[in-house]
Parts: sequence; structure tokens; C-alpha cells
Amino acid sequence: MSESLLFTILIISAIGIASAVILYITARKFYVYEDPRIDRVEEALPSANCGGCGYAGCRAFAESIVKDNTLENKFCPVGGNEVMDNVAQIMGLVAEQNAPRTAVVRCNGTCEHRPKTKHYEGVQTCAIAAMHYGGETDCSYGCLGFGDCCVVCDFDAIHMNPSTGLPEVDDEKCVACGACVKACPKNLIELRKQMPKYRKIYVACRNTDKGGPAKKACSVACIGCSLCEKECKYDAITIANNLAFIDSDKCKLCRKCVAVCPTHAIIEENFPPPKEKPVGENKPEAAEA
Amino acid sequence: MLKTFKKGGVHPPENKRSADKSIEALPQPDIATILVAQHIGAPSKILVSKGETIRVGQLIAQSSGFVSTNIHSSVSGKVARIDTVSDVSGYKKEAVIIQVAGDEWLDTIDRSDELITESILDARAITDKILEAGIVGLGGATFPTHVKLMPPPGMKAEVLIINGVECEPFLTSDHRLMLEKGEEILVGTRLLMKALGVKRAVIGIENNKSDAIRNFRILGAKYPGIEVCALRVKYPQGGEKQLIKAVTGREVPSGALPVAVGAVVNNVGTVFAVYEAVMKNKPLIERIVTVTGNSLSKPSNFKVRIGSPVRQLIDAAGGLPDDTARVISGGPMMGKALPSVDVPVSKGTSGILVLSEKEGHRKAVKNCIRCGRCVGVCPMGLEPYLLMTLSEKRLWEKAEAEKVMDCIECGSCSFTCPSNRPLLDHIRLGKLSVGNLIRSRK
Repeated sequence: MSESLLFTILIISAIGIASAVILYITARKFYVYEDPRIDRVEEALPSANCGGCGYAGCRAFAESIVKDNTLENKFCPVGGNEVMDNVAQIMGLVAEQNAPRTAVVRCNGTCEHRPKTKHYEGVQTCAIAAMHYGGETDCSYGCLGFGDCCVVCDFDAIHMNPSTGLPEVDDEKCVACGACVKACPKNLIELRKQMPKYRKIYVACRNTDKGGPAKKACSVACIGCSLCEKECKYDAITIANNLAFIDSDKCKLCRKCVAVCPTHAIIEENFPPPKEKPVGENKPEAAEA
Repeated sequence: MLKTFKKGGVHPPENKRSADKSIEALPQPDIATILVAQHIGAPSKILVSKGETIRVGQLIAQSSGFVSTNIHSSVSGKVARIDTVSDVSGYKKEAVIIQVAGDEWLDTIDRSDELITESILDARAITDKILEAGIVGLGGATFPTHVKLMPPPGMKAEVLIINGVECEPFLTSDHRLMLEKGEEILVGTRLLMKALGVKRAVIGIENNKSDAIRNFRILGAKYPGIEVCALRVKYPQGGEKQLIKAVTGREVPSGALPVAVGAVVNNVGTVFAVYEAVMKNKPLIERIVTVTGNSLSKPSNFKVRIGSPVRQLIDAAGGLPDDTARVISGGPMMGKALPSVDVPVSKGTSGILVLSEKEGHRKAVKNCIRCGRCVGVCPMGLEPYLLMTLSEKRLWEKAEAEKVMDCIECGSCSFTCPSNRPLLDHIRLGKLSVGNLIRSRK
């Protein structure tokens, strides 16, 4: 009895020691040096694995930073400048300062602004609908309303509003990873510079048709009249292909363009309600400028 | 035992309601809208400007590359404007809009019905005439014909196959053309044989058009080298690769051109256009369009000026019935629902199909029951259920490895699916995405 017990212990121990030796030798022979900074950089990143930086995930981004040993054109939109500064500290480099961005949907073609003229009953995704048709309305540039952008958002930051049929961005949740920008077959979503209190002024239209047909298809279409371009003191507005574009890096949120737009294609968001305008607005505006 | 292709295929109800209606020439439209992208390849370059007076047959847009074609005016009158208009897809495309006045043809065009059988032109001159006349594949794919006649170096055509299959249900334009213009088609075939330098041509016709087969057998005695091949009815026999398989028994390798197995395929409509271009000097400005549907009071085959609005065709065929759900451009299997009946007829419009409320809606999609019918009917030997899943999951590399690019978009899988799954919609998205992926690698 005791003999068999002894044998068992001996054999198991012998196997254990032999395995340990093999493992030790293998580990030595096949040792791959990995920069310890990769792990530290990865730890500093937010672990969202959203791909907003342009790499397959946080690990791949960390590897690329360490491998290239530079922070040029490398930015984590989720973590922002704070995280990039931490990464820079680990790497002993200086991070580029990027203004935080947020997504906006450049279409305001709600049911009353843009009446439906056709009926699509195929597969209910934007990608397939856009491949087959210009959409259910006469505007072939606008939102299709099947919500591909909401499906791809990892941060629960964009939702379809059932009453307007358009997606709406939750500014507090949006990290500007750009997943929705890639998902939209109509290129309607744009990442714009985040302004204080999430204030936004943008052209909610991508219609490049001439004024007449554009206005006929949708009452709030940009007709490329260039009134806003003339009104803007900061050269933030440019007109190309019958469509206005407001550069968020130059815009000072003066809202003059909103007032002159004849079709109300320029939208202001998160500003105080119009009644308090003369009192409430001027002070912070002056401070920002 | 009649010949047919081997893999897959389906048997949709034929519904050839307009088969016994002879071709009627439709009057000119009041306003013609001529798109500049009526073919596969680069859009043509517009040559005319607003206010210019033009005549029938005048070149209005020039080919802008090797895979591109010339576009001619189908009417005479003044250019009202050059603008973007909605085409079949609902997207805006560039077009020349002509206010029609009179019917002034170019003097060079021979408008008589007289049959000319002999041509002194050599192969190169015939190809040049075809290029000049802006002829594209009239079966629906609109691939420029002159490209087919100039195979890549190192490849040699051995047999010319004339596609008279018309396997799409409802459509009868090719059938009528074969009955009424049989001799012209045979002359056109001889011209194409000369252009390609081949000794043998085969006209493939499905057995449901026995009168056309008989017609060609009688007429063909005068034209050596042209055979008629009767084929067993099966969709999609009119597909280029399926027809080659059925007629010659050869299989076109994945990703290769038909000329890799020595075959060049042209539709009967195209052959007739070649005859008119070479013998009559007439560019491609008209085509035969079947206007049909179970609810339509007067299904017909019309000879239509390209650029006429679809509304005019439907009105001539008895008007749009009240319970219309969809109007399809093309046949029921591969056609595309029109966003509006104001879109113009283009070179690729083979038919206009009106579907009633009862026929024109999609059925509720249910889960895949793994019956494998889509695999069984796929004429390309693909696995449609798998391609759909890969496309839904956006696994483009895997879809490419599963040969999604070989899909000919015949729709047999969606037609046969007992769960009404939209297989082809997803596969098309897969083709589009994989195509972009392949291009991005270059």
C-alpha cells in the first residue's frame, strides 16, 4: 500500500520536474522580447476597442505607437488629450493637442420637410437601400432612416428619433470614434469640433443639386444661395457644388448665418431659447471670442 | 434530348402575354431625355450645348474611353437643357433633354426596309462602324459591343453565339424580333462572324419559341456557318456563361472572360442593331421594348426611340391600371422597380413590367430553414445562404474567398427560397463591397 503511494508520488514528481525543465528551456529558446511600454500604453488607453484611432483595437494602437515611436497623427478620440498626455509621458514624447470632436447628422429631412414619393420594402438597412435606390423621397442625398449608424455605435450615442425618422447624436456619450461616419452610405455624418456646452452650428444638408430641384425635394435643403457665405465675418463658410459648408474650426458661433438662411438649412443646437437671447447670449459669446 | 446548362436553374411561370403581338413603332415623344450613362463603363462626354438644333442620328455624346460608347440623338429638335435627371436607380444622372420638333433624319441614314445582304467592309471596318454607332449589349447588361469584338491579345474567338434565349418571364421583344427580322439578324450574324474572324455561329433559342426556331431553320439555309440550337427551357439560360455551357459544353473559368473558352455571345437585339449600323448606317437610337403585365389591358411590343418617357409606353399599352404596386424596368427576375414612370427609356430597357398590388409586394421574411434549395438552384454553383450570412456579418474577405464575385445576380436563390429571404440583396451588397475592396488593393 505505502509502496504504491510512494511510486505515485515519485512518478508524478519526476513528470513535474521534467516538464519544468522542458518549459524553462522552451521559454528561453523561444523568448520574444516585447517592449514593456506596449503593455503600459495599452493600460493607459480606454480599452474601448472602437477603432476610432484607425487601428484594429487599443492593443494594435499601442503597438503602433511603440513601434513607430511617434505620436504624430495618432490620436485616441475616446480618451482625448488627457489620455494622449499620459501615453506621451510613458513614451517620453509630446502629444499633439487635438480639439475634442463630436458627430453631427447633416440632414434635416423629416417627414414634413421632405415628403415621401416612393415606397421601399426591401431589406431594411441603409447599405442595401442606398445600393438600390436614391431613397424614398425625391432627395437622393438625404438620410434613408434605417439606422445603420445606430447599429454600429459602440457607445450608445446615436439613436433614431421615431417622430422625425432621423438619427440624433447624444453629445455626452459621443466620443467621435467615427464608426457612424463610415457606416452612413450617404456620408451624412460629420465629426465637428466640440464647442462649449455642446453648441453647434452646421448646414444640415448634403444636397448638391441646383436650388430649384433641391428645394422641391425638401423644404429645408441648402440651395447654395451663398447668403451665409457673404454674412460670415470669419471666412468659415464656403460654397461648393450648390452646397454650403461651415468649417467648425473657424466658426465663432455668432449665429448670423442661421438668421440669413432662407431655407433654414443651417441649424443651431444647444443654444439658450430665443426669448433670452439678448440677455443670456452675449456675455459668454464675448468671453469665448 | 435538348441541350441546356447543367448546374441549378429554376422554372418561373412564363407569362409571355405579348408573344403574338407584332412590333409597333411608337411615335416620337414630345420631350426626349437622353442619359449619357446608358452603358457599363465611363459616361460619355456631351458634345452639344443648350439651344442647338439637332437631327435624328446626330452624335450628341462621345465615347470617353475604351469601355464607353457614343450616344446619338433619337429625335430631332432643339436641346432644351443639359441637366441631371433621376434614372432607374433614383439617383441623379447627367442627361441631354431635347424638345422635339419635326422628324429630320441625317441624310446618311438609309431608312428603307430593303434587305441588304452583301457588305464589302472588312473586319476592322465593321468593328469601327459598331463603335461609331454606339452599340451596346441590348439584352440588358449594356456592355459595349465593340469591346467584345476585340478580344485581349493571345485570345481567339472560335464560335459566335447569338443569344435568342429570352429566359426572363413576360419579355417577348427578342422573340418578336426573331420572327419579324429573321433575315436581318442572319445578315448581322454574318457581319459579326466576319468581324471576329470565326467560321461558326450558333443561335441559341429556347424550345418555347418553336416558331422562331423554325423561322431560322428555313432562312438559315442561305447562310452557311450559322446553326440553330434548340434549348430546353430553364432560367437563367440567357446568362452568358449558362448559354455557353448549354451550347458548347464549355465552362467559363471563374473571373475569366467568355473568350477564354473561345466563345463570344451577342443578343439578337444587338445583332439586329449591328445590321442596321453597318448596312443602313443607322446608329443605336431605337430599341424594341416589351410593355406587359398581368393587369395591363394591352400588352405590346414597341419599337421605341431611346429617351422616351416610360409613361408614354405604358399609356400606349392601355394605361397604368389603378391597382398598380410596382413598375419594373426589365423582367420580373432581374429587373429593377422604377422610382417613377417619368424615367426615360435607355439602351438597356428590354421591358416594362407592371405589377398589381397582388403581385408587387415582398412577402414576410422568415428564418432560414437550411433546406439548401438556394444551393441547388444556383447556376454558378455558389452557396447563396452562406454569401448572405457573410455579407450580413460584413466578412468581405471570406465572401471573396467564397467567390461572391462570380454571382450573376439572376435571382434564382431569392425566387426559390421558401422563407422569402432576400438573398440576392445581401449578395449584391457583398459584390459591391468586395469589388471596392479589390479596387482598393490595386
